[in-house]
Amino acid sequence: MLDQLISSLTDGLLLGFVYGVAAMGLTLIWGVMSVINLAHGPVIAMGMFGTYLLFTHLGVNPYLAMVPVAGAGLIAGLVIYVIAVHRVINAPHLSSLLATFAVNMIIIGVGTAVFSTSPQNINYSLGSVEVGFLTFPASRLVGAFGAILVTACLYLFLYFTRAGKAIRAVANNRMAAELMGIPSSRVLALSFGLGTMMAAVAGGLIATFFPFTVLSGGPYELKSFVICVLGGLGHPLGALVGGLMLGGLEGLIPTFMPVSWVPVVEFGLFVLVLLVRPSGLFGAK
Amino acid sequence: MKVWQKPGFWLPLVIVLVWGGAVLLIHQDTMRESAFVLLMAVGLASSLNILLGYTGYVSFGHIVFFGLGGYTGFYLLSEQGWPLFASAIGGGLLSAFIAGLVGLAVLRLRGAYFALATIGINEAARAFVSNFEPYGGATGMFVNFSAYQKYGGPGPALWTTFTFLWITTMVVLVASYLVKHSRFGLGLLAIREDEDAAMVMGVKAPKAKTITYVISAFFPGVIGTLYFFKNGNIEPGDAFQLHMSIEMLVMVMLGGMGTVMGPLVGAVGYQWLRGYLLTSPIFKDLHLAVAGAMLLVIILFVPAGLVGWVRNHVQRLQKVLE
Amino acid sequence: MILQVYDLTKRFGGLQALSDVTFDLHTGEILGLIGPNGAGKTTLFNVINGVYTPERGRVSFRGEDITGLPSYDVARLGLARTHQVVRPLHELTVRENVMVGACYGREKHSLKEARRLADGSLDKVGLLDRGDQPSGSLNVSQKKRLELARALAARPYLLLLDEVLAGLNPSEIASMMDTVRAIREDGISILMIEHVMQAIMSISDRILVLDYGTLIATGAPEEVANNPQVIEAYLGDPNMTARLLAE
Ligand SMILES: Nc1ncnc2c1ncn2[C@@H]1O[C@H](COP(=O)(O)OP(=O)(O)OP(=O)(O)O)[C@@H](O)[C@H]1O
Ligand SMILES: [Mg+2]
Repeated sequence: MLDQLISSLTDGLLLGFVYGVAAMGLTLIWGVMSVINLAHGPVIAMGMFGTYLLFTHLGVNPYLAMVPVAGAGLIAGLVIYVIAVHRVINAPHLSSLLATFAVNMIIIGVGTAVFSTSPQNINYSLGSVEVGFLTFPASRLVGAFGAILVTACLYLFLYFTRAGKAIRAVANNRMAAELMGIPSSRVLALSFGLGTMMAAVAGGLIATFFPFTVLSGGPYELKSFVICVLGGLGHPLGALVGGLMLGGLEGLIPTFMPVSWVPVVEFGLFVLVLLVRPSGLFGAK
Repeated sequence: MKVWQKPGFWLPLVIVLVWGGAVLLIHQDTMRESAFVLLMAVGLASSLNILLGYTGYVSFGHIVFFGLGGYTGFYLLSEQGWPLFASAIGGGLLSAFIAGLVGLAVLRLRGAYFALATIGINEAARAFVSNFEPYGGATGMFVNFSAYQKYGGPGPALWTTFTFLWITTMVVLVASYLVKHSRFGLGLLAIREDEDAAMVMGVKAPKAKTITYVISAFFPGVIGTLYFFKNGNIEPGDAFQLHMSIEMLVMVMLGGMGTVMGPLVGAVGYQWLRGYLLTSPIFKDLHLAVAGAMLLVIILFVPAGLVGWVRNHVQRLQKVLE
Repeated sequence: MILQVYDLTKRFGGLQALSDVTFDLHTGEILGLIGPNGAGKTTLFNVINGVYTPERGRVSFRGEDITGLPSYDVARLGLARTHQVVRPLHELTVRENVMVGACYGREKHSLKEARRLADGSLDKVGLLDRGDQPSGSLNVSQKKRLELARALAARPYLLLLDEVLAGLNPSEIASMMDTVRAIREDGISILMIEHVMQAIMSISDRILVLDYGTLIATGAPEEVANNPQVIEAYLGDPNMTARLLAE
C-alpha cells in the first residue's frame, strides 16, 4: 500500500514539473499584461506536433527537437501578440479573452485540417529507471530535468538580462516603466512570445510521455489555469510549485478514491482558492 | 410611454413570434430541427447577455447552467415521470438555485478572475455529474420511452418541445427588455460602467449582481431540459461543453452586448455562418479557422457588435433597436 | 450635529493615511478640508462614506453609527459625494447618470420620477442641454458638474465634495461657487476638499487642516490661515507654495 502510494506520488510529481512549465507560460503573460491567453492549449499542441514532426520525418532526437520548437513558439507568440492581442491590451477583459480564443479556433481549425484529430505518438523510448522499489519511465525523469532547466533559464533571463529586467519593470507598473523610457509594446510582445515558448516546450515534453491529438492541449490549458491559481497568478516560480501540487494530487487521489474524482477535487480546489486567496496559496494577502 | 408602446420591445418579440409560428404552421421536421437549434442559440445568448451585457461580468462557463438544469429536468422527466413543462421549470429552478448559492461568493471576483472561476465551476460540475450515479454517471441517461407517450409518441413530442422552446425564447427576450429598462437595470448598467462609483451612489451591487446571475441562469436550465429531451439522451460531455459556452459569448459579442436585439442577431448570424462554412466546399475543412478569423476581426474592429454599430451610426434606429 | 468623526485611523500597509482624526460637522454648515497633496483628505472621504473600513474610530451620521457600513448603505442614508478623479458612467447618457443618483439615493425614486428629478439637478449645474449626450463625451469641467448633479439627485442631507474646483478656469470657478452656495441654501450640509485657497477660505464656515493624516488645525478661515503650524505644513510642500503664490 505504502509502496504503491509513494510510487504513484513520485509519478505525479515528475509529471507536475512539466505541468509547471506549461502553467508558467500562462502566468508570465498574465503577470505582465493581465491577459488570459486562451490560445495556450493549441500552442501546447503545436509544441507536441512540432516535436513529433521533427522526430518522425527528420529523425531529430525529440529532446534536441525542442530547441527549434522553442524558437518557433517564441516567434508564434510574437505574431499572435502583434495580430490579435496588441489592439485589445487596454480593452475590457472580454476582448482579450475572445481575441485569444479566436486564435485558438484558428490554430485548432488549421491543425485539424492538416493533421486530422487522430492520435499520434513519439516512438522513442529511453527505457525505465529503477530506484529501490520504484520503477518509472526514464522520459519522466528527463522531462522533470528539462522543466527545471527551463525554469532556471527563465529566471536567469528575467533577473540578469536587460530585456528580462524590462519585462519585470513593465509587469510591476507599465506606466512607470514607459516613463522611464522602456518601450512597453516591445516588452509586451516579448513576454507573450516567452509565454507561448514555454507552452510549446511543455507540449514537446508531454509528447514524449503520452499519445496526443490536435485537441490535446485543451486539458493542459485547464490544468494550467488551476496551477496558476494555486501558485498565484503572475508568479512564474509559483507555477512550478503549483504544478508539483497538482501533479502530487493527481498521484495521490487515485489511491483513495476512483480516478474520475480527480477533476472534481482539482476544480473544486481551484474555485475555492480563487475565492479565498485569489493571490494564490503562497502569494501575499 | 408604456412598455407595449415601444417599438424596441416589439421588434425582437415579433420576429421570434412570426418565425416560430411559421415553423409550426408549415409543420416540417427538418425546418423544425434547424429552427430549434437557432431558437436555442437565441435563448442562450440572450440569457447570457442579461448578465454579461448589463453587468459586464464575463461568465465564461455559463453553459454549466444549461448542463445542470438540463440534467435535473431530464431526470425529473425521465426517471420521475414529471410532465415536460414542470420538468423544464424544475431544471431552470435548480440552475437558478445553484447560481444563487455560488453567486454571492464568485461575484465578488472581478474581471478575469470571475471569468476563470466560472470556467472552474463548469469543469467541477461536469466532473461531479460524471460521478453522480442518480444521473447515470459517465454514460448519462436515456429518455424513458413512456415520457413520449404523454405527448402522443416521439413525433408529436418533438413538436411540443419546440413549442415550449419557442415560448421560452420569447420570455427570455421580454425579460431581457424589462430588466434593461427598469430601475433595477439602470443599477446594473451603472455596475457595468463603474462598480465602485455605482455603490457610492447607493446601488447594492452584491445583491443586484446575484439576482441577475440567478435570472440569467434560470433560462439555460429550462432550455437545457428541452434540448436534451429532444435529443433523447444526456451525457456529461454534451451538457458541459466549454466550447458551447464560448459560442454563446461570441454570439453576444457579434450582435452587440448590452442590447436586447444583439443576441438575437448575433445568434442567428453566427449559426448561419457556421452552417454556411460547414457546407461550403471551399471552407468545409477550415470552417473553425475561418470562424476564428472572423471573430478576431469583429473583436478588433467592431467591438460594439452589429447592433451596437448600427445604433452608434444611425441615430434614427436607436429607438427601434434596443 | 449631522456628522461626528471620532478617532478615525486608516493604514495602507505601512502607510498611516489617517491618525486619530476627530471632528464634528454642524447641520447646515460648509466645512472646508485642506491639506497638502497626499495628506489623506480623499482617504478621509473614503472612510466616511464606507469605501474603506477604518482600523479604528467611529463615524456617526445623523446620530447613527455608520462605521464600516458598505458605501451603498451610507448613500441610502443620505450621504452623497463627488470624486476628485471624475467617474462618469461612460456609456450612459448624462441624464441616465444622474438618474442612478436619484433612483438609488436617499429617496429611492422610480425611473419616471428620477427622470424629472435628474432634469432638475442638471438644470442646477447647467448641464440640462446635454442630457442626451453620452457622459463619456463631456469635457472635464462638465464631468465635474455631472458628478455634482449626480450627488444632488440623491437628495442627500450631507454632501462631500472632493476638489470640484480643480481644473476649472476662473469664470467656471465663480459659477461653481455660486452653485455650491445655492446647494447650502437648500439646506444641505457640505464638507468640501479644496486646493483653491481663496475660494475655500471665502466659502467655508470653518476649516479643517490635515497634514500627514493628522488634523493639525480646526477653526474659522482667518484663524487657520494665520496658524503657524498650517503655514509650515504648506511651505514644506513646494507645490502648494507655488499655488499660494499664484493666487
Ligand atoms: N488605496 C490606496 N492604497 C494605498 N495607498 C493609498 C490608497 N489611497 C491613498 N493612498 C495613499 O494615502 C495617502 C493619502 O492619499 P489621499 O488620496 O487621501 O491624499 P489627498 O489628501 O486626497 O491628496 P490630493 O490632494 O493629492 O488629492 C497618499 O500617500 C496615498 O498614496
Ligand atoms: Mg485627494
